[in-house]
Amino acid sequence: MKFSTEFRDPDAAKALLGEIARLCDDMGRSADNPLHIMEICGGHTHSIFRFGLDKLIHAGVEFIHGPGCPVCVLPMSRVDECVELAENPDVIFTTFGDAMRVPGTQKSLLQAKAAGADIRMVYSPLDALELARRNPDRQVVFFGLGFETTTPSTALSIQQAAREGLENFTVFCNHITVPEPIKALLDDPYMVLDGFIGPGHVSMVIGIHPYDFIAQDYKKPIAVAGFEPLDLLQSVLMVLRQIAAGEARVENQYARVVPEHGNPVSMAAIADVYERRPSFEWRGLGEIDASGLRIREKYRAYDAEEKFNIGYAAGPRKTPEVEGCDCGKVMTGRIKPTACPQFGKGCTPETPLGALMVSSEGACAAYWQYGGARGVAAAE
Amino acid sequence: MALRDTHVTLSHGGGGKAMRDLIEEVFTSVFAPPGMEDQARLMDAALQQPGARLAFTTDSFVVTPVEFPGGDIGKIAVCGTVNDLAVGGARPLWLSAAFIIEEGCEIALLRRIVASMAKEAAKAGVRIVTGDTKVVGRGSCDQVYVTTSGIGVIPAGVDMAAGHLRAGDVAIVNHRLGDHGAAIMAARGDMALSTDLQSDCASLGHLMQAVLAAAPDVRAARDATRGGLAAALNEVAGAAGCGILLDESALPLTTEVRGVCEILGLDPLYLANEGTLVLFVPPDQADAALQAMQSLPEGTGATIIGHAVADHAGQVRMRTAFGGVRIVDMLIGEQLPRIC
Amino acid sequence: MCLGIPGKIIEITDTTRLMAMAEVSGVRREVSVAPIVTGALADVVGQWALIHVGFAMAVIDEEEAARTLDALRTLGEAQETLEAMADGDAALAGPTEVEGAA
Repeated sequence: MKFSTEFRDPDAAKALLGEIARLCDDMGRSADNPLHIMEICGGHTHSIFRFGLDKLIHAGVEFIHGPGCPVCVLPMSRVDECVELAENPDVIFTTFGDAMRVPGTQKSLLQAKAAGADIRMVYSPLDALELARRNPDRQVVFFGLGFETTTPSTALSIQQAAREGLENFTVFCNHITVPEPIKALLDDPYMVLDGFIGPGHVSMVIGIHPYDFIAQDYKKPIAVAGFEPLDLLQSVLMVLRQIAAGEARVENQYARVVPEHGNPVSMAAIADVYERRPSFEWRGLGEIDASGLRIREKYRAYDAEEKFNIGYAAGPRKTPEVEGCDCGKVMTGRIKPTACPQFGKGCTPETPLGALMVSSEGACAAYWQYGGARGVAAAE
Repeated sequence: MALRDTHVTLSHGGGGKAMRDLIEEVFTSVFAPPGMEDQARLMDAALQQPGARLAFTTDSFVVTPVEFPGGDIGKIAVCGTVNDLAVGGARPLWLSAAFIIEEGCEIALLRRIVASMAKEAAKAGVRIVTGDTKVVGRGSCDQVYVTTSGIGVIPAGVDMAAGHLRAGDVAIVNHRLGDHGAAIMAARGDMALSTDLQSDCASLGHLMQAVLAAAPDVRAARDATRGGLAAALNEVAGAAGCGILLDESALPLTTEVRGVCEILGLDPLYLANEGTLVLFVPPDQADAALQAMQSLPEGTGATIIGHAVADHAGQVRMRTAFGGVRIVDMLIGEQLPRIC
Repeated sequence: MCLGIPGKIIEITDTTRLMAMAEVSGVRREVSVAPIVTGALADVVGQWALIHVGFAMAVIDEEEAARTLDALRTLGEAQETLEAMADGDAALAGPTEVEGAA
């Protein structure tokens, strides 16, 4: 597969791992005092575990799994609202597969589907648009989940719906932004972070300059990374080299995909369709200012919250966290999944308490599935 | 031809003449069971041999869409049941076929499915000897569900079980992985992918007989159906006293299956197969087993994918193409496409 | 929201809606090319793009890809050189030690 396989070459990996090891040794970093490198994006968490990078890399590098998993930070109340929308007999509720198993306070979307709600998994918001065209007598709601990578796709879809004058298509907008929670983490006195692996596909949309504050204000290096194992390793190396040289800059490892200034069409669509909410609830992180998007007044007709009087349109609310659930601490990298008291006990993939256990990018799911938790011997 | 209807109605399930006509026209005239009593009366000399055992299995098939590139629900039903017998070392003999049909189902569709089953049964060397039909109201099932049960004979001296696995045993698959699961995913249309992928559904009775003749100490075999290769291997590892270590670069996958997996974020280890089995042989019989498989059309792609190990008993792990090792666990539920 | 896969744009399918057929390892899917159209629509045909949720989000810069791979290769060679040098140093120091048999 072009542009994929070449970036999985094990020989090049050995070289990168060797160089990383050399730098760690030079800097006196080991399992006892590792460098804490946060990979922000859940897709990176998934790649790290899928390719076993956490076990291959020198013990002087510890990956701190960041909050860049839009499913993981979904508040339970939001899932409840999805279920409520889906249970409306007029509604065809469409969503990405990722959201299906996340538990709400009563049930997940998968369980609601089993109970008879018309919930359909789609690959693209364009498919939801097509469903709306084909089912003029039903209301099609699309669950707009995701960071800036996915936001343009729903924005462009809403613009397309408006051009066609569709009257039965709305988006339940749960789009969130990356820079704000990172700032919240950097402001957290408990977080010890030495550098960042930046989200490659978010950056393909927003460019690399939104991260300037990380380097300039907080003096931490960041390398915007692709998703193949060589991309990740090269990014770690870039960050380590900066640390070794006492530098803090934003570097673009994923230059083949990420343009420095992002994608103009995507950003224009986002600006046209969305505006920032004053604050937004993140599961595990609480309310973060200006971190969530809502549909602008001019596209009100395509806003599920307005049409069905649900969510923030219906007024503020907050769901209490599940007893004993440490999702927030895991999500912000404060503890590893295995340190959560519920991990493997009350919370398993079969009976998840939080989204980190069911999301394909969730740290807990990765630990469970790929083996960090069940004792795969370190570094072969 | 007494049957003039084009679609099945509730009368066809009523037990009266309409039902008899449907059964006769669509099913028994094609399957030609031995006699028309309520039960088939059968004997095979092999069952009377000392040390022989009867093998018996059953499966229901609810796949949608009912017809897909490379096959239909009938073909999978025959293959699935034949294979369940075959992986136990049995020579498949007879099948039953029960149909639950949705009111409104096209009769022409039923004819195609039956023709498919008859063709596959002949290929596999089995007879469909008894069956049943029921009609349920519109919406109560998805066009047609099929349940097949199968009887076979395990000759004396053949004793395959997961518990027999020993460290060092070699894991071999007969064929590529994931074609069926990926083809079904694409055929369902909701992901709007177009591919030339076909289901590779096939009966593996002859293949297993050939392997047993060449490598009589086959420890265990499993059909890698729902849950994919990962499910089959986890079952074996769970019952065995050892672990299993796979070699990711040895897994046979077509570029198209890789493509579907990459787009939808699926892991090919969990895709269903309907023509692929995995078996374990002692290392000194691996070559013989491979050759036996490769001499048959269902086994031309036979290849070694890993082996049983003393470590991590009960667990399946995989050495990634990249050089790391990761656990290959059972899935909890169905694998869902993802965008994250 | 990070799952993106490189695909080749093989033909335009809808000029009004800016849709095209993309191909990934022999699998085809209609995608919107709105994000990557900068001039004539036809110009996107033959380009490789990062496909995410049915949209071609970014053109893959083949030169940059080659540059990245080159950097990795150079690192690989440098690493080999370092290792060879280390082996050379060790050889000068004395007979090669064999790892314990355990």
